[in-house]
Amino acid sequence: MNAVALPRAHRANPLQRLWRWSARYAINAYGALALIYLFLPIGVMILFSFNAPRGKFNYVWQGFSLDAWLEPFKIRALSDAMALSLQIAFISTLAATLLGTLIALALVRHRFRGRAATNLLIVLPLTTPEIVLGSSLLTLFLNAGVPLGLPTIVIAHIMFNISYVVVTVKARLSGFDWTLEEAAMDLGANEWRTFWKVTFPLILPGIVAAALLAFALSIDDFIITLFVSGQQVTFPKYVWGAARVSVPPQINVMGTLILVTTVSLIGISSMLGRRRA
Amino acid sequence: MAPSQRSSEAVIALERVTKRFGKFLAVDDVNLSIRQGEFFSLLGSSGCGKTTTLRMIAGFESPSEGRVMLEGQDVSNVPAYRRNVNMVFQHYALFPHMNVFDNIAFGLRNKRLPVAQIRERVLGMLDVVHMEGYEKRKPNELSGGQQQRVALARALVNFPSALLLDEPLGALDLKLRRAMQLELKKIQREVGITFIYVTHDQEEALTMSDRIAVMNEGHVEQLASPEEIYDHPSSRFVAEFIGMANLISATVAQTNGTAATLQLPAGGRTLANTDGRTFRSGEDVLLILRPERLNLCTQEPNGNLGCLKASVVDCVFQGSVVRFALRSPAGQDLVVMLPPQQRPAGAEAGSQVWITWEPQYGYLLNNDPSRAQEIAPQP
Repeated sequence: MNAVALPRAHRANPLQRLWRWSARYAINAYGALALIYLFLPIGVMILFSFNAPRGKFNYVWQGFSLDAWLEPFKIRALSDAMALSLQIAFISTLAATLLGTLIALALVRHRFRGRAATNLLIVLPLTTPEIVLGSSLLTLFLNAGVPLGLPTIVIAHIMFNISYVVVTVKARLSGFDWTLEEAAMDLGANEWRTFWKVTFPLILPGIVAAALLAFALSIDDFIITLFVSGQQVTFPKYVWGAARVSVPPQINVMGTLILVTTVSLIGISSMLGRRRA
Repeated sequence: MAPSQRSSEAVIALERVTKRFGKFLAVDDVNLSIRQGEFFSLLGSSGCGKTTTLRMIAGFESPSEGRVMLEGQDVSNVPAYRRNVNMVFQHYALFPHMNVFDNIAFGLRNKRLPVAQIRERVLGMLDVVHMEGYEKRKPNELSGGQQQRVALARALVNFPSALLLDEPLGALDLKLRRAMQLELKKIQREVGITFIYVTHDQEEALTMSDRIAVMNEGHVEQLASPEEIYDHPSSRFVAEFIGMANLISATVAQTNGTAATLQLPAGGRTLANTDGRTFRSGEDVLLILRPERLNLCTQEPNGNLGCLKASVVDCVFQGSVVRFALRSPAGQDLVVMLPPQQRPAGAEAGSQVWITWEPQYGYLLNNDPSRAQEIAPQP
């Protein structure tokens, strides 16, 4: 067998081999580091829900305990705040999803005067700093003589959630085949029937995704809520206020529950989406 | 489903139909009368108005002027869901979230037919399109040809007065297209429903249609049977659009009742068929010669054939024909197609030959660039 002269690159010395090995795995390493950076705080939160704090603050690991999990609703004020947050989230998600979906359909389907302006106005709350939104809403409510409380929080949440819903549903609609609607009408379905039998089932995944997003944003909202809530205490407001007084592990329990619920909802919806595909 | 009798009443009529989109005139004063049981094609290139015309029949557009009549009723402003016509869309538009059965049953369910009857009709239609057993499949699990059949079944199952097809075979490969053309024609004959077919493929239209309306820039250039359009095109546009044609400008030297002697611009005279029409001496005409109706001779032919001298540029073997590219003394490029066994010895590149034809195959048009008249529907 003749000896074939290999090109230089194939002759590996240890340094070159190390370089090639690290190049191949560098992106994995980077990815792992990024994930750790993102999930470390969440991990700590979950971990500390199993803590048995000696004092009022849940910042130092004392010992493993299931007490917080066995009595998650022990602290009345915290449970009330959680209940309020959930209530606000349900109402504002429902309203924002309904209104936002209709707006998205109108913007995509029809050409009308003011369409460009509407598009701009919808996107505006997404780009405005929350402090500006919050303080403007507060000014508006005070000047209109509206008492601050549950209604004002719900109004504020619906307001910014509409923007998120419209953007999400519009993105979903951009790939929609509108000849399907023509086909439905050709086969005898009027506009109402066409919408419910053809259009709605096909955009439903987008609507559900938008609703989940709105729900999560509503529970999580702090800055805008702080400005417009008056005496009412939502879950994020409680955690912030309580941080100065005491941080019971029940807060971590609530946080973990929210995390688990959200992740499983997303998991279920994506599984359903894949099955239908 | 018994095949209907072909009658001469119009199931669909367009009376002076015009459609404008803003300033753009898409359809210009179109008059069509489509008979029950007919396979009727709208043929033309992109932008000629054929799809817009179809959509006005379907009910997705209403005419700017004129009337659309369906079985004697004026339906110009009736929405699509109240018209008894159904459409097969270019990209099928099958509902992706429903299986094949539900797709086909959609129209029947909208009419609130009883469940048992729906089941019977859907399964029967699946038989007709040779898709038995596919009821539970989803559209994305089907090939292009299968989707097309489901789209066809979905429309036909409603027994519409007419079936509208918008270039339905465009997305299929050539062999499948040819097979589907024959199958569509067969289904149309079996079921007896009027088909209105839009296409830009003239071969497809010639193969399948009972009558063709050739459209150009929003108006109908000629409305006739495939043979009539091929042998007797009414305008230069139609002659060039359908099949291949050699178009030779000439002047009428003299005529008798059946044939005319023509003076060709490069000198020389030749014969052509007048088909009973009158031409004046000195009139400018266009001589239309179809490549496959022509012959080649190495010597000057006798006087009762039309003939033209030319030099051979090229000859290409294409399997069932040999295609000759020739050039006339006037510099015009001409094409002749011969079966290989009729190829004359001595006809190679560079040689001088005579192109010959029987006068009946040389068709005359007057060389007027203005619009051709409507030709009345054939009885």
